Amino acid sequence: MTASRLATGGSAIDRTRPIRFSFDGATVHGFAGDTIASALLAGDVAVVGRSFKYHRPRGIWGAGVEEPNALIDIGGPRATPNTRATTEPARDGLVARSVNATPSALADRNAFLDRFARFIPAAFYYKTFMWPDWHRFEPRIRAMAGLGKVDADWTSPGTADQINHHCDVLVVGAGPAGLAAARLASGAGLTVTLVDDQQSPGGSLGHRAGEIDGKPAAAWIAETIAALASAGQLILPSTTAFGVYDHNLVGLNQRHPDGRPDTLWRVRPRQIVLATGAIERPLPFANNDLPGIMSADAALAYLRRHAVLVGRRIVVATNNDSAYETAGALAEAGAEVTLVDLRRDGTPNAPANVRLVKRRALASASGRLRVDGVTLDDGTRLDTDCLLISGGWTPTIHLFGQAKGKLAWSEERAAFLPGDPVDGIAVVGAAAGAVALSDVFAGAGTVVASLGQTKAALPRSTGPEATGGILPAWPIPGSKGRIWIDYQNDVTVKDVELAARENFVSVEHLKRYTTLGMATDQGKTSNLPGLALMAGITGRTVPEVGTTTYRPPFTPVPLASFAGARVGELMAPVRRLPLENVHRANGAVFQEYGGWLRPAHYGGSADAERSIADETLRARQSVALFDGSTLGKVEVIGPQAAAFVDFLYYNTMSTLKPGRCRYGFMLSENGVVFDDGVLVRLDEHRFVVSCSSSHVAAVHARLEEWRQDRFGRGAVYIHNATSDMATLTVSGPNARKLLEALDLSLSLDDADLPHMAVGHGTYAGDEVRIARVSFTGDRSYEISIRADRAEPLWTRLRQAGQAFDAVVIGLEALMILRAEKGFIVIGKDTDGTTLPHDLGVDGPRAKRQTEFVGRRSLFTEEASRDNRMQLVGLAVPQGEAPLPTGAHGIKRIDGRLRSQGFVTSSYQSPTLGRPVALGLIERGAARHGETIDIQHLGKISKATITAPCAVDPAGDRLHA
Amino acid sequence: MQIFPCPFCGPRDETEFHFGGDAGNIRPDGADVPIDRWADYLYLRTNPKGTAREIWVHMNCGEFFVMERDTVSHKVLSSAALGGEHAA
Repeated sequence: MTASRLATGGSAIDRTRPIRFSFDGATVHGFAGDTIASALLAGDVAVVGRSFKYHRPRGIWGAGVEEPNALIDIGGPRATPNTRATTEPARDGLVARSVNATPSALADRNAFLDRFARFIPAAFYYKTFMWPDWHRFEPRIRAMAGLGKVDADWTSPGTADQINHHCDVLVVGAGPAGLAAARLASGAGLTVTLVDDQQSPGGSLGHRAGEIDGKPAAAWIAETIAALASAGQLILPSTTAFGVYDHNLVGLNQRHPDGRPDTLWRVRPRQIVLATGAIERPLPFANNDLPGIMSADAALAYLRRHAVLVGRRIVVATNNDSAYETAGALAEAGAEVTLVDLRRDGTPNAPANVRLVKRRALASASGRLRVDGVTLDDGTRLDTDCLLISGGWTPTIHLFGQAKGKLAWSEERAAFLPGDPVDGIAVVGAAAGAVALSDVFAGAGTVVASLGQTKAALPRSTGPEATGGILPAWPIPGSKGRIWIDYQNDVTVKDVELAARENFVSVEHLKRYTTLGMATDQGKTSNLPGLALMAGITGRTVPEVGTTTYRPPFTPVPLASFAGARVGELMAPVRRLPLENVHRANGAVFQEYGGWLRPAHYGGSADAERSIADETLRARQSVALFDGSTLGKVEVIGPQAAAFVDFLYYNTMSTLKPGRCRYGFMLSENGVVFDDGVLVRLDEHRFVVSCSSSHVAAVHARLEEWRQDRFGRGAVYIHNATSDMATLTVSGPNARKLLEALDLSLSLDDADLPHMAVGHGTYAGDEVRIARVSFTGDRSYEISIRADRAEPLWTRLRQAGQAFDAVVIGLEALMILRAEKGFIVIGKDTDGTTLPHDLGVDGPRAKRQTEFVGRRSLFTEEASRDNRMQLVGLAVPQGEAPLPTGAHGIKRIDGRLRSQGFVTSSYQSPTLGRPVALGLIERGAARHGETIDIQHLGKISKATITAPCAVDPAGDRLHA
Repeated sequence: MQIFPCPFCGPRDETEFHFGGDAGNIRPDGADVPIDRWADYLYLRTNPKGTAREIWVHMNCGEFFVMERDTVSHKVLSSAALGGEHAA
């Protein structure tokens, strides 16, 4: 027994609430307020994980977010891989497992890998597993190297909340600097949000000595929090500010003790105050990764917060003053403590009952599953059961770096500090390099003074002040033994030297070649020693080597937090028809088409192909009912409406008479066909753009853009009325008879309502607009009615249709009907190179004298090429199956197969009893009758080029 | 995430906006525009480092507007509604 829980003390734990959880199958006891790490330490568990690559045994290093070793997988309903034992609260009944270890961290069967370590240095994989193929080796390597396991049975515990929040001042960190800044800002009448990643506030004051305004630190913390709370300020514990984004948006990850999913906060403060503290660094010596080697500050935190004494015979090694308090406190708690300080001069006095060894550095540590001794650089060996390290402090300036803040190297602190200020971001406390409490408070005072006049008094440090006094001790090139730089990714001094030898001397190359700092801890303890070593190897200074780029997140954030409510159907919400429930009741099978959920066909999902063929056939034989409510209905209204649509359309539209419709294309400025559809002219100054269902938003935006950026707001007004109205289509030889059975209060006589005309009537008191427009090739009526009054009309149409064997058809049947007629779907039968004359519509290009979108692009060399791909029909030899959509027409040129174009639409036509297809084929318009080779997946078949229209080329059925 | 000022709605999150192109890219009309001029209009972009004048659209309200912003610091310098005739 070496580490143990003391009988008294521990500011964070509640001894009246004992808890139990399991780690690697063994029971661990603790108290409410413990982290998993503090409970494991109290239970003297030394080995808590295995390293990423060599499967080295590893113990707890730190007491916070920087932890590189103690990663654990949490099982059960809230299964989470790779959590840090040092920040994860211990909960009763929790099931924790070490990572990268089988069956347990203590007895890992892949531990043998460490004996081959010299054969697998950095970049070993890149060099070794190249032949014949990395992917042959990858599965086994991945199984052996890695960290936590994702639980395949994981189910979401619910929707993660996302909160948008605004405040004057966001203070990150509730240590002495953050508390002081928050209190002062609150006193200045500003709204303050204070966040801290610990469960309770205080930061370093939670375990380091301090006396403020004559009071013990704990009392000052409680008083400050109470003052903030009574001023109505927002205080968020267990919340990590993980990222600063553009315009100083700050992302917060809030964890909940009750097991709810973490909450994502998006905070937009006017001012960010970073009081994020500093992280203690390791020292370089051989075997510095053994279990039982720990940050000195962490040991002090475990002692004072959790009443855990981490060893009995403790060696503390340091290069600065901060470890003296730790050594003294451990000795006072009953441990035998030796303090090894590598500095010659200016060291503080030895604390009571601590043996101080000056001017000595550590050479190596020994032990197998736990450190059992250290050897100093003069050969002295000391026995120990716990080795504490303080290699100096690295200010936590990640958020400042993420905000593109430049860093400045401080020789005095042997660390990077915030450099030139960034708008809206101030850094205070240890993060800004302050050591003494009085300096910390003075810094907070200066920052808040720039924000406003405060009524709160600046706190005064009335106790002994901390001192720094660091003598840098960076890893030295050529050192003996295995000296770890990055614990989590198993990067040693030798790996960095290898990278330098192979000329990966840039810090960004070093990082990627060795994976230094790329683990889940993102190098919080390893980056600075690593780049200092590279500086030493290459004869540069640390600031000359520089740091890698800081990027969010500072600590891992669950993906569920970013997803929030946008999961399942809400990830990409579909648009729905007003009559969806009616169609469902009628056996419709729904599919998503261009963002709309629409009936694909009726008759249930069994034997879909037969249902679709039946719908198609009956539509041609009698009459079909179709819900076309998705069709665009964008109104263009105003004195310049006619000029406007002329400019927007390829076809001249101003010559259209009121009450008539015309089919046309809209082009992009590069001449490519962007959309097609029917334009309805309701009156002199009012048009309805009926665009493709999936294209309404894009067409609407395009109309708005030309309206606002060319014609002017007074010229036209644009209103997207697509979802205001439902459009019910009646199509087929009996369409007119069916409509005559309804009382629509308008003449259906062909003289009054011919093909491509629009009429107005009423149904049950509501206005209806009836357009004779056909996408099937048969006589068709599109009836538009208020969306909320569509259901009775639809029901009436179905009832009246019974006398004519009317059939309700879905989109699949409509697609066949239109393909039989050679009617195209933009984006399916065209691509991003298709010009209007490729589709056989050359009139406007040849004749139009007025300007329109895309015009100039129709007269380029490219547009005039004589071998352009053109729309054609494709017929297969009798008895053959439909061509696969996407199959290429091919031709052998100079011994090589070349594409001649491709099949864009292909169906079995129930009307003709043979396949029909459309395609874009090189020079296709001039090659009708020619038979070409079609290739699909290596198989070649024949097809004959025809005109696109296969059914009723004369168009008689439109008027039948 | 950036905050853009829509002249119609005020400051809003950047996810509500779409980029509309360089401001001042005036469309040359006519079937006989020199092909180089037309190609410039279609494809040549200034991509400045520093201050940029751009057309943006606030998708929520449909407002197209000119915004001046710094492409390095991402500071928004100004935004203004389009005057109607060819924003220059």
